[in-house]
Order: sequence, then C-alpha cells, then structure tokens
Amino acid sequence: MINKNIILYAAILIFGVIAPFVLPAFKVQLSILCILIVLALTWNIQGGEMGYNTFGNILFYGLGMYLCASVQVGMFFPLAEWTESGGEKTFVHTPSQFFQGMAYGLVVAAIVPTIVAGLIGYAILGLRGHYFAICTLGLGVAAGEISGGIEIIGAGQGFTTPPFPEVGDLEARGEFFYFLSFLVLVLTFIAVKSIYSTRFKLILNAIRDNEDKAEAMGIQTMKYKIIGWMISAFFCGLAGGIMGGLVGYIDSTDVAFDGREMGVFMVLMAILGGKGTLWGPVIGATIFHIFKEGFWTFFLGWQYVALGVLIVVIVIYFPEGIMGWLREKYPERFGEVVDEADRKAQVELK
Amino acid sequence: MDLLIFQVPILMVQASLDGILLGILFALIAYGMALQWGVMNIINIAQGDLVILGGYITYFMYLSGIHPALGVIVAPAIMYFVGVGLYKLVINKVVDRDLFISILATFGISILFMQLMNFAFGADVVLANSEFGTTMLFNNSVTLPNSKIFAAIISIIFAIGLVIYMRKSKLGRAIRATAQNARAAKILGVDTEKVYAATFGINAALCGVAGALVAITFTIHPYMGLPYTIRSFMIVIIAGLGNLPGVAVSGMGLGVFEEFADYILGTEFRIGSVFMLLVLILVYRRFKLSKKREYLK
Repeated sequence: MINKNIILYAAILIFGVIAPFVLPAFKVQLSILCILIVLALTWNIQGGEMGYNTFGNILFYGLGMYLCASVQVGMFFPLAEWTESGGEKTFVHTPSQFFQGMAYGLVVAAIVPTIVAGLIGYAILGLRGHYFAICTLGLGVAAGEISGGIEIIGAGQGFTTPPFPEVGDLEARGEFFYFLSFLVLVLTFIAVKSIYSTRFKLILNAIRDNEDKAEAMGIQTMKYKIIGWMISAFFCGLAGGIMGGLVGYIDSTDVAFDGREMGVFMVLMAILGGKGTLWGPVIGATIFHIFKEGFWTFFLGWQYVALGVLIVVIVIYFPEGIMGWLREKYPERFGEVVDEADRKAQVELK
Repeated sequence: MDLLIFQVPILMVQASLDGILLGILFALIAYGMALQWGVMNIINIAQGDLVILGGYITYFMYLSGIHPALGVIVAPAIMYFVGVGLYKLVINKVVDRDLFISILATFGISILFMQLMNFAFGADVVLANSEFGTTMLFNNSVTLPNSKIFAAIISIIFAIGLVIYMRKSKLGRAIRATAQNARAAKILGVDTEKVYAATFGINAALCGVAGALVAITFTIHPYMGLPYTIRSFMIVIIAGLGNLPGVAVSGMGLGVFEEFADYILGTEFRIGSVFMLLVLILVYRRFKLSKKREYLK
C-alpha cells in the first residue's frame, strides 16, 4: 500500500515538474489549477473537517493579493503614484527588484492574513451554522466594497501589478508563475496531509460532529478553530499573492474579493470532490477547472447561468461529492470493514 | 469636522426622514424573509434578486406606458407564481436538509437570476419614473420625493394586510401552525407541502411589492440584489424571529444608519458599511450570547 502511494505521489510530482514543457500552451491554465486546488484544500479544512461553512476565505485571498502587489511596488517606488499612473510605465522594476519584491511580498501576503484570521477568528468563530456562513459572506463582500474605495491601492480603477522583467525567453514568465504556484500547491498538500494524520484533525472532526460535546470533553474548541482558520489563511494569502502577479491586474470586486467567482468556486470545488476528504478537493478542483474552461470558452456569456445551475444541481443531488460516492460504492478501498449482511440490508432498505 | 452634515444640521433631518422611509421598505422585505425563515427554516440568499425581478416587472410596465404605481399590484401577482415555481423546482428539495445546503442552493439561484436578468434586461441602471413630484418641508430645506412617501404607505398597507391575513384566514392559521410544529400540523391534517409552497409564494410576492417600490423610488440593476438580502437578514436577526414591531423598528434604524453613513463616510462606502454593520452585529450577538450559561441537552 505504501509503495503504491509513493509511486502515485512521485508520478504526480514528475508530471507537475515536466508539465509546462510538455504542455506549453496550458501553462497559465495549469498555474490557475494549482491555485484553485490550494483554495479548495484550504476551504476543506473549515467546511469539510471543521463543519464551519465559510464564504469568507476569499477575504484572505484578496488580502494576500493586494499585500503582495503593494509590497512589491512599495519597496522601491511610491505606491500612490504607481496606482495613480494606472499601470503606465513610469516606474520599471529591474529583475532583481522584481524577484526580491515578490519574495518579500509573498512573505507579507502569507503572514498578515494569518494574523487577521486569528483576530477576526476570535470574534466570529463563536457563531454557529448559518450565522457564521452569512457573517463570512458579509465579510467578503464588505472587504471588496471597502477596498474599492481606498485611493492608495487604486480604488475603483484597479491596481496594475509590476510587469514581469525581461529575463530569459518569452516562456520565462509563464514558467516562473507555474513553478511558484506548483510549489505552493505541494507545500499546501504536504501541510494538509500531515495535519490530517494528527490528533488535530480528530479534534476538528469532533467540533464538526458535536461542538458542545467536544467542549464538554475538555477540548478548547475555540483555540483549535482559530488555529485551523489561520492555517487556511496562510495558504489562501500565498495563493492570492501569486494569482495577483499572474493576472497582472487587481480589481477590488472582480479579481481580489471576487465572491461571485473565486469565493463560490472554492466551496463548489470542495463539495464536488467530496468534503472532509484529502483527495476530494484536488479531484473536485481539477474536474471543475476543466468544466469551467470548456464552458467559459464555448458558451461565453452563459457561464454564470451554468454556474448557478451547477451549484443548485451539485448541492441538491450530489452533496456528498465524488469521494463520498466512491466511498459508498467501494467502502473496502477506504479501509472500512463492511459486513456483507449489513450491506445487503442497506441495499434492501433503499 | 469639515463634514457637510455637521455644518448644515438640517441635513440630519433630511437623512433621518429619508432613512425612515427607506427603512419601512426594508422592513417589508425583512418581513418576507422572517416569514419563510420561521416557517421553513430556510435562509433565502435569492431574496434580493426576487426584489430586483419585481422591480423589472414594474419597469416594463412603465416602458409600455402603464403607470408604474400599478406595479405594486401586478408585480406581486406575477412574483407569487415565480415563488411557487421556485419552490416546486428547487426549494422543496432542501427544506429538511442541512442549513448550509439551503444557503448554497439559494446562492446558486441568486447567481442564476442575476445573470438571466442581465441577459433579459441589460446591465443598465434603470428606474421607473412615477412623476409624483416632491414635497418641500422646513422652508424648502428638506426635500422629500412623494414617491418615497407613497412607497412607505404602500409597504405599511401590505404589511398590515398580511398580518391580518395571517391571523384570520385559514391558510394563515395553517402557516402559523406549521411554523410552530410542522409534524404536529401534519398530523392534524395540514398539507405542509402546500403551506410551504404558499409561504414561499407569499414571500416572493412581498419581494415583488418591495421591488416595484424600489423601481419607483430608487434604481434597479441586475446585480443589486445581494445587499437587499443582507439587509433583510440583518433586520431579522436584530429583531428576532416572529417579532413584527421589532422588524419595523430595526428596519427604520437600518435605513437611518445607511443615510447617515452615506453622508459621513461617502457614497462609495455605503454598501460596505451595511456589510460591516452585519459583521459587527453578529459579533456583538455572539459575545452577548456567550455570557449566558449553557448546558448540554
């Protein structure tokens, strides 16, 4: 079993490394896919394992995006003049400035959302069920509306991130962002996988199943909920920072705090794959991304109609997701011992 | 402070009156949300989109030469059937499920409605001009459009009418019985499925009225729905379920808050301040509730 897993991971890793050279036309798509998987994996820590269905992780994503770009620009040039000139090339980053700025920017983009998550987590993670869901929805939209009114980060007209410096050949930009996002994906996956093999995951599941009882058993639920949210925020911030550089342009409500797209996508991907599983978000995000790209390309204009219908259909008819369906079909593969008579009785019940 | 509202105090009267009239309209939408939340235990994220749809019905009446004030009769009639249809198609499958499922499903409906309205009616900001004129108060320093007064009066009439209907009619009693205990109501011969459909229809009809009034007094746009949902959710949680005077008062309070936020923070932060207020209220509520002694049932 262990050997099989190692082969699988090695195969994915090798594919990840050679992918941009084998499929050069899809580099940007693959980078976006990596980001989407990261978002789905981190959403799953809340929605799947902890039972706290949040629409608010988009807050950390957008925050990371703005912070990374602001640091990258602000380290070398006056930020206000940069955003005012609206992307005109008054200031040009040298290659070393660009990469140095990106590195510091990503550090800030990871750390600040983590702190923010800790602070607001203390305030709102005490809410239960739908109050929590609506509160986080409100947070995401409020962040978008408010950042759309702040002058120094571009307000309504948007924020152009520094253009990629001219190093290497034409492919360099795509490869740089692809490997950056793939690295973050690998880090996230390792982090999430190692979390899921510890007691921490069991505590999160206990919170999901019955929070009051978990508390009565002596678990400080608030502490673990906040830590869980901070882990999510850390990787969401990183993903946002990279996505900002990849898109090249940040708008408050259409790119950064895009509750109507990215904020829903991460929930949908995790549910589609199967929430509460390790591989579910990965599979869900991959299938969703392929579906989305197809639809966005061939039915331009109808994509939100399709998205709305997709949400309703998945949520109503397919709430367990792909992994949940597989688990019901082949329970032995998931290490569950099934009594044959028991299973027959269940089939008859249905 | 160099803010205009502190230099010209009469603007405070203007903002308060505007806010109260606006708040009555919000309270009407919140009433619909409280109704279906209480009866079906569903939070309808598409509430605001139903409002906007009602507004577009009125707008098209206005375009075809009918006076938009009649929209307050036509829009709810159409929206009732939209609501019942929505219930039969989607909502009846999520009534007994986990709350998050219903939130996400209605969120999907909301996105769908937004985009369909965008296709059907275009992405322009429109309004149905009622040509009711304006009323000047306090030596012409406070301007009140008559359409806002009309909207407030119609909202009050519909709200009172619905309260009486819920008290006196057979369906109203069935709805209230289902809200108290769906299972017991079923045993006593109430067709709860029908009650749910009617409740959702009534909610949609109320949204239709509110939408017609929004189209007359303000503007409508396909993507403007979500703030109305959030406002009505906020009003319901401040007032508490089943507290109708509370809904009216907190609706007006929210209206006044918004008008003042508009003057003090600037129009670009208006929607943002509404959403921030929601977060603050929920956080306040959480800390208030956590002071209570809790025990395991």
